[in-house]
Amino acid sequence: MPPIISRGFKGRRRDDAPPDRVPPGQYVTNDFPVLSAGPTPHTPLDQWDFAIVGEVDELHRWTWEELRALPSESVTVDIHCVTKWSKLDTAWEGVSIDTLLDGIETSAEYAVAFCDGGYTTNLPLEDLTGGKAWVSFGYGGEPLEPEHGGPARLLVPHLYFWKSAKWVRGLRLTTADEPGFWEQNGYHLYGDPWREQRYWGD
Amino acid sequence: MAGAAVLGRLTWRAADVVGVATETPRVKTIAFDVDGWPGHLPGQHVDVRLTAEDGYQAQRSYSIASAPDGARIELTVERLDDGEVSPYLTDELRPGDEIELRGPVGGYFVWEPSRGGPLLLVAGGSGVVPLMAMVRRRAALGSDVDTRLLFSSRAWDDVIYRDELEGLNGDGLRVHHALTRSQPPGWSGYARRVDAEMLAEVGPAPSERPQIYVCGPTPFVEAVAEALVELGHEPLRIKTERFGPTGG
Repeated sequence: MPPIISRGFKGRRRDDAPPDRVPPGQYVTNDFPVLSAGPTPHTPLDQWDFAIVGEVDELHRWTWEELRALPSESVTVDIHCVTKWSKLDTAWEGVSIDTLLDGIETSAEYAVAFCDGGYTTNLPLEDLTGGKAWVSFGYGGEPLEPEHGGPARLLVPHLYFWKSAKWVRGLRLTTADEPGFWEQNGYHLYGDPWREQRYWGD
Repeated sequence: MAGAAVLGRLTWRAADVVGVATETPRVKTIAFDVDGWPGHLPGQHVDVRLTAEDGYQAQRSYSIASAPDGARIELTVERLDDGEVSPYLTDELRPGDEIELRGPVGGYFVWEPSRGGPLLLVAGGSGVVPLMAMVRRRAALGSDVDTRLLFSSRAWDDVIYRDELEGLNGDGLRVHHALTRSQPPGWSGYARRVDAEMLAEVGPAPSERPQIYVCGPTPFVEAVAEALVELGHEPLRIKTERFGPTGG
């Protein structure tokens, strides 16, 4: 079906939004909207850890201090939320997943990120490696605020932002692709914004 | 799994405007007949797509306000002055126009009377829209599930669905209004922002293990969800939907 022209609709194009950086169906915002399925958890840092479990030789675990002692990276990326907003040039600080997986033997091809509050999301392992994903604890030069996922969230900017799980506490490596929270509730298993993979069947 | 039947691709469908009603000075309800609409669950939303003459397109998501009713759905839209899509929907659309939408979307922030209760619905402003779909569904099926709606608005004239909610009050549904900015003379309802004390008064108590749905602007939802956890409600029974300052 060709698109239906909306009588009198002109839209409001933004000159400062380069088309090659804004995926189909998205619009650019300067705000940082918040979307979460439940209350914001507040885990004290002395009770916080990050674990890699599942298809691994042994449990790997970092306390907050141990994670922060790892080499961190500053990255500036564009992020794209499935609810249609995109935000360009967002500045994060975090530890690369490559750093966390360094030396870990696994036959897994997928991962499920798990979080405080019970949220989960699934990703192919290859989307978490090769400099494409981080455990991020800093945003805009400040500690990441709880409502945006602090103390730490996953950052996987090349996929829709629900994959960048807030309040992340670890990765469970799996041999099969196991749908996470939104993926069981109508949203796409993979979530590539450039292919507009928003919902089941997209 | 909670989702409705959305296993196939959600295709863009033609939606004919069949009615436009004014709810408040800033809020309108637009009724559509949607070609091939598959039905929905209360709480779900749709994506709306507008296309300009030159092919430029804009998409936004809107909660469905109506209970399931064949091919008919209603969207209640708040006009955001700096919005790109909402002023078009509230100011331009009239019966006979046609736009595109796809859905329904979302399998988590949904409720059906068959899921039982008690039910606590907490709305801030136009956050009432998906909760109204639940209230309407409950009424349409003649359900007597214990339901409390705590609805925060700025002033009496800003209360969306005001008369309809007055009419639905009763039969196990109790509607409580909080007016945060101004109150009419003789107002006996709440005259402050929603807080833990108010939530405790409205109930149900945490020991009754209510299913809780909270929808509104981000600061509202953050404050309400935090107060509910403080009161002892289980975080996993508190479902939230938030909208930020953008979106329109």
